[in-house]
Amino acid sequence: MSELKGETPFTNPGLPPHRPRRADEDPKAARRAEFQAVGLLVVSILGTVGAVLAYLFLPLSGSNGDIRRMTALMGAGIFLGMIGIGMGAIHWAKTLMRDHEMVEERHPIRSSDDTREEAVQMLKDGVEDSGVGVGRRGLLKGTMLTALAIAPLSVAIPMIGNLGGDWNVGQIKHTMWRKGMRLTRDPEGTPIKAADVTIGSVFHVIPEGLAETPDPLEEKAKAVVLLIRLDPRDLNVVPGREDWSFDGIVAYSKICTHVGCPVALYEQQTHHLLCPCHQSTFDVANGCKVIFGPAKRPLPQLPITVDSEGYIVAQRDFDEPVGPSFWERLK
Amino acid sequence: MSKVTRAANSTASFVDDRTSIGGFVKFFSRKLFPDHWSFLLGEVALYSFIVLLITGVFMTGYFIPSAEQTVYDGSFATMQGVEMSQAFQSTLHLSFDVRGGLLIRQIHHWSALMFTAAIMMHMLRVFFTGAFRKPRDINWLVGFGLLTLSLAAGFSGYSLPDDVLSGNGLRILDGVVKSIPVLGTRISYWMFGGEFPGDALIPRLYTLHVLLVPAAILGLVGLHLFLVFLHKHTQYPGGGRTHKNVVGLPLFPVYVAKAGGFFFVVFGVLTLLGALMTINPIWNYGPYDPSPVSAGAQPDWYMLFLEGALRLTPGFLDFSIGGWDVPMNVLLPGVLLPGIIFTLQAIYPFVEAWATGDRGERHVLDRPRNVPVRTSIGAALIAFYAVLMLAGSNDILATTFHMSINTLTNTFRVLIFVLPIAAFWVTKRVCFGLQRKDRELALHGHETGRIVRTESGEYIEVHQPLSEQELWLAVGHDNLTPIEIEPKTNERGVKRPGYRWDRFRQALSRFYYEDRVEPVTPAELAAAADEHH
Repeated sequence: MSELKGETPFTNPGLPPHRPRRADEDPKAARRAEFQAVGLLVVSILGTVGAVLAYLFLPLSGSNGDIRRMTALMGAGIFLGMIGIGMGAIHWAKTLMRDHEMVEERHPIRSSDDTREEAVQMLKDGVEDSGVGVGRRGLLKGTMLTALAIAPLSVAIPMIGNLGGDWNVGQIKHTMWRKGMRLTRDPEGTPIKAADVTIGSVFHVIPEGLAETPDPLEEKAKAVVLLIRLDPRDLNVVPGREDWSFDGIVAYSKICTHVGCPVALYEQQTHHLLCPCHQSTFDVANGCKVIFGPAKRPLPQLPITVDSEGYIVAQRDFDEPVGPSFWERLK
Repeated sequence: MSKVTRAANSTASFVDDRTSIGGFVKFFSRKLFPDHWSFLLGEVALYSFIVLLITGVFMTGYFIPSAEQTVYDGSFATMQGVEMSQAFQSTLHLSFDVRGGLLIRQIHHWSALMFTAAIMMHMLRVFFTGAFRKPRDINWLVGFGLLTLSLAAGFSGYSLPDDVLSGNGLRILDGVVKSIPVLGTRISYWMFGGEFPGDALIPRLYTLHVLLVPAAILGLVGLHLFLVFLHKHTQYPGGGRTHKNVVGLPLFPVYVAKAGGFFFVVFGVLTLLGALMTINPIWNYGPYDPSPVSAGAQPDWYMLFLEGALRLTPGFLDFSIGGWDVPMNVLLPGVLLPGIIFTLQAIYPFVEAWATGDRGERHVLDRPRNVPVRTSIGAALIAFYAVLMLAGSNDILATTFHMSINTLTNTFRVLIFVLPIAAFWVTKRVCFGLQRKDRELALHGHETGRIVRTESGEYIEVHQPLSEQELWLAVGHDNLTPIEIEPKTNERGVKRPGYRWDRFRQALSRFYYEDRVEPVTPAELAAAADEHH
């Protein structure tokens, strides 16, 4: 190993002298160490027995106290059972087993030149025996490699291809909101009258009939809405959306435009919506535009109105896909 | 011969006749291992993994990996009548109605946190002591694979109970995946079997979590340990230890007792954590529902850096080109950043070896001070990672310390650039300081505080020379200098190919070894000795 760079010019002084432990010299100390190890192992035995007893005899009726007691006492038993063996063995090793260090030579990891040559020769012999030496039987080699390379596709394509379900990725651009569909309370599904929505209040909303859809969780993941009433004097309506709100009541998608967490925290005084996952902050008074955090786009607004019975309903689906940005979102 | 000895002899003979196991025993049993507390970190990882396997098998008896909806009617009163997936319901059943179930579940979760933590600490030890150098650079790659798999194991397991917290974690994953240009939505569909959340993911995660990932981890652990035996363990510098030997105690009996005993200690400590400290109380979070979310939500610690990166990256990076969205505010922290960090981490040993121009086998570890730039790179990375982790808890920090979350986030946005640079610079200076201290000690010995007046009336402090062993530690390390390269042109003035590439390599080498404290030379030492006498 002469190629070691920058080796020190000093000479290695060799191993420091071995210092015997007390148990090496004093039989009494050795005896004491033995007893200590035995004591630790006895602790282990008691712990294991305790854990099994706790498992067998502690009541478990579903009450919090029972669960806590069971977990703590069984755990304490297993803890003692394990740590007793561990510390007993380590104590034994540290006090009574050999502690005088030994030296072993290392050999280079690389095989010797002879071995390498032999190995290469064996491979050459193998190639020779296969009848396809360098530059020979190219067609056979080529077809073999091609067949091997494409064979996995017959399994991989169906396996990977099936995983995506129906692959109808366009679905994520739309929600189940339709013209005249009532906004209902999450999770009860009861409709909301405009008169119920007092200034400063916020409703977590799901579409009417959500529970009856074939895939309620998938629909809910896109369609959840926050319904908030502001004092109309505080509300700066986005140009072109004058008829999207009703008397200071606005509805915005609850799905964050950052990575899709529900934007669930509403600050009544400042009219800010905060996403608890990554703290994107949206200003409800100004079209839910982003005023802080990692999101960029405002929350999509759901155009609402009031039906003949006074319930709040949607005018149509959102005008844009809800949730995080993705490549073909605008197409 | 006693009866026992006779029985043991005939059993050994029976096995050896059929397996030639004698050779293996000869190879393994008295292998020497050096002793140091920092070598235990990898053991903690291995033993946590074994505890994970044991407790995991227990739980497979009860957990139902299904997203099918059901109504709870178990013994936990507050969840009565709540609609939930079978995955969530069976996790409640495991926790409250199976004897010892909650204990085992909590040991499992604590072990997962310990597993990832121990892997990272082990990796830091290997990094700072240069244990990744040839021939162990290949084992660094195996370890890197294990780190990656441990994160996959953790995240897939964390997501299985289908509670609100883990469900939102998956939703974040979905958002990150969708940010990938061109293929994002398709990869999302591929993972979830259609639209988020779907009912395909939990059974799929389960297969990953209990079969594919642990099998891969087991395989790589086997390879990792095989290479440890093949290379023989590294050792810290000290008298009698060289790149050509290994100084230590034999596997049997010393490390069978110490390392074997340590397994039980780790098991015991993990059990104590599981017994006394509630972890992931999903019954407080409730089953997954796409609408609610809890404030102050935190992922398991090993995901915090990603969470922090997502929180820090400002929104203006979300742009579109020709009507195609490129959400760089998600793509950068969620995909590119981990990709870059992980790649750099994997290739680091090869980069450093290239810059050093070293081809030999290194078996004696470095003291971090003696490789200042490597140590400083490590410190900078730790600073970077720490800022990301803190940023991942910015809401908790803000509420705990009554600070503005906006100020805090903006501060982290600055610190993420400033702190690593500062950490690099400070660490480099500290390393040089320590190296100078070593020089000083080697040349002038220990201060004794004993002042002596000479006959001529001069006062001097008596210094005590270092012992042989102390001196070796101060002067015995390798002295690495920047590489020299061939000149640009040969003697006939013809430009040689590959010169630019060599220049780049030289620049990197200079970055590593240009600023330096020269170690003491034997001549200096002799001169200093003369001066003192």
